[in-house]
Amino acid sequence: MLGHDLRSDRRAVRRRVGLLGHASGLYDDLTVEDNLRFAARAAGHPVAAAGEAMVRLGLDGRLRQVRVGRLSAGQRRRTAVAAVVARQPEVWLLDEPHAGLDAAGRDLLDSIVAEAAAGGATVILASHELERATGLATRRLLVVGGRVIDGVLTPGPDPERPRADVVA
Amino acid sequence: MWRDARLVAGKDLRVELRSRVATNQVVPFAVLVLILFAFALDPDRGALARAAAGLFWVTVLFSAVLAIQRSFAIEADDAARDSLRMSGLDGAGIFLGKAAAVALELLVLEAVLAVGVVVLYNVSLHDGALLLLVCLLATVGIAASGIVYGVVAAGLRVSDTLLPLLVLPVLTPVLLAATRASEAALATVPGDAWPWVRLLAVFATIYTVFGVVAFGPLLEEA
Repeated sequence: MLGHDLRSDRRAVRRRVGLLGHASGLYDDLTVEDNLRFAARAAGHPVAAAGEAMVRLGLDGRLRQVRVGRLSAGQRRRTAVAAVVARQPEVWLLDEPHAGLDAAGRDLLDSIVAEAAAGGATVILASHELERATGLATRRLLVVGGRVIDGVLTPGPDPERPRADVVA
Repeated sequence: MWRDARLVAGKDLRVELRSRVATNQVVPFAVLVLILFAFALDPDRGALARAAAGLFWVTVLFSAVLAIQRSFAIEADDAARDSLRMSGLDGAGIFLGKAAAVALELLVLEAVLAVGVVVLYNVSLHDGALLLLVCLLATVGIAASGIVYGVVAAGLRVSDTLLPLLVLPVLTPVLLAATRASEAALATVPGDAWPWVRLLAVFATIYTVFGVVAFGPLLEEA
């Protein structure tokens, strides 16, 4: 993966992967800014990447210095998305990324995913929201009971380059 | 590795500074244990002064268990440990960073406890440089071995109760050597400190090297 053997060189791959799961993976006692700085630097990027991510997700105001443990569920989810953005990954693994976000946040996430795919990143997105996810995707796999029952290319943002995969 | 170690140590220390668990809970706990020892052993009979070094290091060990548990508890919530594992940071760097953060917290605690021992146990310092060296070596050994066993216990539901059972027996040589060397530094019991200092150095070296090699695979399984 990404030119590395996963069995012997996981670390090199992990630095280039951004994972957004059901949990946020954030530190409750650290502020939004602290968490994003750590995420950016752990991936080998300068702290400026954290600042850009905060601006992109609208966290650069008063929320910047708020501890993550005091955020609402939606703000926490935005911060988790920002942590992935701060890592500037080449492979995005997003598991139900829209969960917990408000309408504006969901639209913002869609634009971020589309930008990442357009910028050359590979995005794999697992979602139960077929309509929203399919609109983003260039390839869709329908999985039921652990089996792929349908795999199609869809007219997503860039049909010439099938990179954003959706697993439903 | 060193860059990752600085990053992790800075993160862990920042968590402690913001949460103040170490200052509001671990330090008061340690001082309370010192005071309880003072009540248990009557100072008029000189027992406290003779046992001061041992009581100091027993208190440090109990407090170290809390600090090590805390070091992994901050990653227990909301899959932060998975996030750390997936971050791409070097396992050896994570080990060194976490051990350095715990060691720094323990050194501050030991400074507070040393003042407490002098005030409460009526002992005076005979060789400050020796005591400082003993504290440094013992602390490195405690932190390194504690982080190794901390990650072993971290993934288990019973980690809070299992960690002391894993760590305290392993730290027996540190307790013994640090107590004997500290007795010489405090001149409460005459003796040659250097064989014990060498034992502390060997212990610290073994567990630091073991942690650098083994922590990454252990974190994968945690």
